Amino acid sequence: MAGKVGVYICSGCGIGDAIDINKLSAVAIEDGKSAVCKSNAFLCNKEGVELINSDIKSERLNSIVIAACSPRVKVDVFHYDPQIFLERVNIREHVVWCHPANNEDTQMLAEDYLRMGCIRANKAEVPVPYMEKVSKTVLVVGGGITGMTASIEAAGAGYEVCLVEKEPVLGGMLNKMYRLYPKTPPYRDLEEHGLETSIKEIRNNSRIRVFTGTEVEKIEGAPGMYDVILKNGESIRIGSIIQATGFRPYDASRLVNLGYGKLRDVITNLQMEEIAKSSKIYRPSDGKEVKSVAFIQCAGQRDREHLAYCSSICCMTSLKQALYVIDRSPEANAYIFYKDIRTPAQYEDFYKRVQEEPGVFLTKGDVKNVTQDGSKLTVEVNNTLLGEEIAVSVDLVVLATGLVSNSQPETIKTEVIGENGNVTLVPQDSGRYAEPALYLNYRQGPELPTLKYGLPDSHFICFPYETRRTGIYTAGCVRQPSDTAACIDDATGAALKAIQCIEQTSRGHAVHPRTWDQSYPDLYMSRCTQCRRCTEECPFGMYDEDEKGNPLTNPTRCRRCAICLGACPERIISFKDYSVDIIGSMLKTIEIPSEDQKKPRILAFLCENDAYPAMDIAGLHRVQYNPWIRVIPLRCLGSLNLIWINDAFNKGFDGVLLIGCVHGDDYQCHYIKGSELAEIRSSKIQETLNRLMIESERVEVHQLQIDEWNRLPIIFDNFIEVINRIGPNPIKRFLLA
Amino acid sequence: MGEENNIDVIVMSSQKDILVIGGGISGLTSAIEAAEVGYNVTLIEQEPNLGGRVSRMNKYFPKMCAPNCGLEINYRRLKINSRINVITQANVETISGREGNYQVSIKISPRIVNDNCTACGKCVDVCPVERPNVRNYGMDTTRAIYLPSPMAFPMKYVIDRKTCHGTTCARCVTVCQYNAIDLNMAETIMQLSVGSIVVATGWKPYDAKKLDTLAFGKAQNVITNVMMERVAAIDGPTKGRIVRLSDGLPPKSIAFVQCAGSRDQNHLPYCSGVCCMGSLKQISYVKEQLPDTKVFIFYIDLRTQGYLEDFLRKVQGHNGVSFIKGKVAKITEINRGNLKLEVEDIARGIKITPEVEMVVLATGLVPSIADAKLPGNINYDEYGFITSASRGIYGAGCAKHPTDVSRSVMDATGAALKAIQSVISEGA
Repeated sequence: MAGKVGVYICSGCGIGDAIDINKLSAVAIEDGKSAVCKSNAFLCNKEGVELINSDIKSERLNSIVIAACSPRVKVDVFHYDPQIFLERVNIREHVVWCHPANNEDTQMLAEDYLRMGCIRANKAEVPVPYMEKVSKTVLVVGGGITGMTASIEAAGAGYEVCLVEKEPVLGGMLNKMYRLYPKTPPYRDLEEHGLETSIKEIRNNSRIRVFTGTEVEKIEGAPGMYDVILKNGESIRIGSIIQATGFRPYDASRLVNLGYGKLRDVITNLQMEEIAKSSKIYRPSDGKEVKSVAFIQCAGQRDREHLAYCSSICCMTSLKQALYVIDRSPEANAYIFYKDIRTPAQYEDFYKRVQEEPGVFLTKGDVKNVTQDGSKLTVEVNNTLLGEEIAVSVDLVVLATGLVSNSQPETIKTEVIGENGNVTLVPQDSGRYAEPALYLNYRQGPELPTLKYGLPDSHFICFPYETRRTGIYTAGCVRQPSDTAACIDDATGAALKAIQCIEQTSRGHAVHPRTWDQSYPDLYMSRCTQCRRCTEECPFGMYDEDEKGNPLTNPTRCRRCAICLGACPERIISFKDYSVDIIGSMLKTIEIPSEDQKKPRILAFLCENDAYPAMDIAGLHRVQYNPWIRVIPLRCLGSLNLIWINDAFNKGFDGVLLIGCVHGDDYQCHYIKGSELAEIRSSKIQETLNRLMIESERVEVHQLQIDEWNRLPIIFDNFIEVINRIGPNPIKRFLLA
Repeated sequence: MGEENNIDVIVMSSQKDILVIGGGISGLTSAIEAAEVGYNVTLIEQEPNLGGRVSRMNKYFPKMCAPNCGLEINYRRLKINSRINVITQANVETISGREGNYQVSIKISPRIVNDNCTACGKCVDVCPVERPNVRNYGMDTTRAIYLPSPMAFPMKYVIDRKTCHGTTCARCVTVCQYNAIDLNMAETIMQLSVGSIVVATGWKPYDAKKLDTLAFGKAQNVITNVMMERVAAIDGPTKGRIVRLSDGLPPKSIAFVQCAGSRDQNHLPYCSGVCCMGSLKQISYVKEQLPDTKVFIFYIDLRTQGYLEDFLRKVQGHNGVSFIKGKVAKITEINRGNLKLEVEDIARGIKITPEVEMVVLATGLVPSIADAKLPGNINYDEYGFITSASRGIYGAGCAKHPTDVSRSVMDATGAALKAIQSVISEGA
């Protein structure tokens, strides 16, 4: 940034006792080119803060460098006009708290960190937010209970809503339900689904436009400015999207041993709802009222041959349906065969209430098969609590079949020829969605990327609404098997995220997790080679492509992780405050001692979200480790551009460490794939290293969780051992000769 | 300040603002989500730091990731957002008014340590008082002046007024270079005016001493699931080593007792929703650290709903883990701190008496406000969970039902929207 930089060094918290502040100030002035450099024994005190504020005015400073504690603390204190670029240099947690006082190496470490901070302050600019006219309308795809609730709730907060349902009526699966199990205390009585009231509420709400009997044909654009075309020809400008496209029941005809499709009186739990709507509970074969019903739990669920997961709602549903039977015909019997009864939280009260019914029998057991025996069905069950093998004769069998998310890819069977020449059919994802819903005109495909079971990819523990398509939030059974109560809560949360996205976008801010960030990528297109790395690697599908393969940016889809910056081999992608040049300049400003000084230098790129805080905690615990490491935090390790490794070795660094988040199935990377991409990229640098005659052991990649602060010094020290063993970077000899 | 009298502080606030009570994962989420839409939020927490129960967990199921990872992101969003005002060591005294116009009176206990604190830690070295470490359920101690946790927000020390020697000692005051300790700091009462309230007061573990046949409090090697989280945590009392409290040795066998109080008419009639997954997670801690340790888990039903079923399957794949459907009736300490269990093995219809070296009781979740209800017009179920509160006051997370983090975050995000609706509604 062309302008004046002011450097402020705190000598408190042991900093002044451990390092020579005058020497450090000299570095700020001479190497850091700062216009002002002052130190204070208690910089975070009122006096220190005022000192900086008055300098900003009197000296007309554009950038501030604060060399003090970690940028993670005293955030509220070191808080200035947003037009001032602020750089925090961590000489407390990362320098004086974990290195010996008044030691040459400690001093050099502090000086290098300050040099890096100064060059960043000199080069970085305050981001200019991307501001476009933003539509404040929310599109809700799917008009079941989730979509209806999301619509009502978003409208209730003052936003316009377009609700699209492909069926001619709203209500989705609830239309098929006779009664619901209780959602409220005392959890004893069945409830009406109340759909009519909700539909009326929606129809009477002037903020909600309802489109039934149609689907999305195409969605183009980005948060704040989506253009949505419906199959009925309607075209709408949309700010954000909620996908609430629900579930379909598991195909019961695959449950061969349970007789579905062959035995007429074997039905699914959904069919039971239809039957319950009539005056009596009858069996389909002859319409006769039933006196005994067997409910078979986990009909397909918790079974790797069918659905490996639990569908969450079937235990409560069968308990409810047992009441349908008993309520109509008090002398009837209902048998429930289960693996585990799952009635979490206050639902336990309903379980107990059903157990009070003398006609309801519950037992754990493995259902072997269902066979016809005259007009009745025989259910054979093994390993029950009532005996090893029992057989029960009933009029009707209800299979508690499970839920399959509509975002689940369609499964097809592919012929595979085995070693012995036998052909077997192996189920595989077809790559097509069983129920496409969004038809996004995105370079990375038309629907949300999914994990196992079709779960729309997200950090489902801490940040369950985050999908890999910015501005598109999922809720209800499309996301996970849920009952009505959970769908309603989920829909309300999704409505919040949808309106929040609109507001954040209208202010030029990113959405989760860098919600404060107003920077976005800028591409120097004349050097683009259409290699497509950025358009492929962005975890959030920010880039589209023109017909020549040029990347087209959609800034409001950007999550500011800068993974594209790391991916670009031509280094044409930059953010105002984060670029290949800024980081490259930072590492180049580090002083490399000559070979005979026997002070190796290691450059460590750390994920700023997890590894960097872990290093702060190591400092807090005053863990001592090797002072030859120089750390540069990255927005995500995935923003690592390989040129920096190249630069580091050319500069004379003896090794490079990359420390990011855990990846794989249980990934922890906040940007989903960042740490994994960095690891893949760094494995590809080996060739370059060989050409430079650099041993491949000079680059190490580690995965570190935020609470593993104790491992960090070990990683550092072990790596130093490796470097000591293989000796200095051979380039050093030429550089400093 | 420095007077003994209560000082009333009226904070500038408006009927367009939202109050969130409770700074655990639910309250934190509600506050941040509402603020990022554009509303002003006051977040109050009774402890000296945010994070609540989750900040005391070692890992989250099913990813086995560190809770501080998500908390760190949340704190980062919060620290930089000027729309959120965080007040710690604060409790609600009164709530009056209605949707769109609540008057709330909040009592703030003195931290004794002021905003000057830099967390340098000099004070700790001179403090002569050792107190039980509440965060670690009393399994170790801290000084009377302490940092609540290494990842604490706010990153400030606090003094335990109950054990501090006060002005008669004042060594910390002398050593503090930043004038950050004010031993005369007094309690304050704050009056707040807000348009809506999110109640995210969370849960506490059921008192295991009430389970009088299960030997907790009598046998040292019977601990609860929440204690096990601290034992397994790197910043816990054993630095993350899974050992018996009696002799510090790693157990060669360990039993997990499910439904310790939950699903029991005499204790908690409801299911606590998370203890099955919690124990499966803790079995993973044991198997990672002590692969040869024999593990037993006694359960009524294994409740791993939805995709969490995968985690059950994973744990079932470990060697040396026995799943036994049965209710533990009694635990007796035998020789060398070992324990004998009396279990009704439901599947086989027999009584068994296994002996193990350590027991973890999967105690359940009780609403934090079960015994001391909040003032104001709030409805509770018979267990003390918030049911449909009146419009304007919304429950979230474990204040509403015993549940896991993911569902709490869903709830809390939804509660933020309801709170926004209340402050913009007509008449507000």
